[in-house]
Amino acid sequence: MTGLNIEREILIEAPADVVWRIITEPEQMSLWFADRVDLVVEPGAHGYLSFGDQGGPVVIETVDPPTLFSFRWNHPRDEVPAAGNSMLVEFRLTPEGDQRTRLQVAERDVEHRDWAEEEKVRYADEHREGWGEFLDRLAGVVSAMSR
Amino acid sequence: MTVQVDDRLWSAIGDPSRRRVLDLVIGNERVSASWLADQVPFSRQAVSKHLGVLEGAGLVSRQRQGREVLYQVEIDRLDQATREMTELAVQWDRRLVAIKRLAEAAHARAIEEDNQRRNRDD
Repeated sequence: MTGLNIEREILIEAPADVVWRIITEPEQMSLWFADRVDLVVEPGAHGYLSFGDQGGPVVIETVDPPTLFSFRWNHPRDEVPAAGNSMLVEFRLTPEGDQRTRLQVAERDVEHRDWAEEEKVRYADEHREGWGEFLDRLAGVVSAMSR
Repeated sequence: MTVQVDDRLWSAIGDPSRRRVLDLVIGNERVSASWLADQVPFSRQAVSKHLGVLEGAGLVSRQRQGREVLYQVEIDRLDQATREMTELAVQWDRRLVAIKRLAEAAHARAIEEDNQRRNRDD
């Protein structure tokens, strides 16, 4: 994988439809996520998340209950979020029996669609490192340089 | 509680091609834009743009040396960026735990209500 990626997961003792509601209903989102959630959960909808006195716009990408919910955020303030300038947050729900759900969250940037195909391939070849490795390496560089 | 990595830092490091440029500056100490452009599969113009964003985020600084402008990494800012991003992963873990608690409580409530309804109906 070629980007800045965060991937985390957790096992929840509840059916997927219950987990889905917690993740996607704005009222519930304000209990685990932003302080204020102004959002209509529909593909393409623009919303706003407030974190205290900070916050930012989000754009919903995929709403596929009860398995996939994704949105983009963290784009530069004056730009419309799209591939290349924003992070994609994806929630994936996988039922494990009727009473248990595996929830995976990934926050990732995406490939540059405006690049020519050969540039993408070349770039991917040169830069396969994931987010975790990049961080580890940066931390190493920082401590080496601070010495 | 939420950790917000500041916008400029995030968009500076979030972009893979920009990270490639940053990598090259880190690995080679002081470098010029034209040297960088020779190392990457994108244009000189794109490199200049990336350097501008990195400089705006405080991750690199430039110095004029004779006729050349050379870029170098700002180590304190890089250290800060690294710490903030590690904290982001921790933040997602906290959110997942909160979702788990809410979902399990909602599920337990639904079962309880269901049982009460059944008892009433019996």
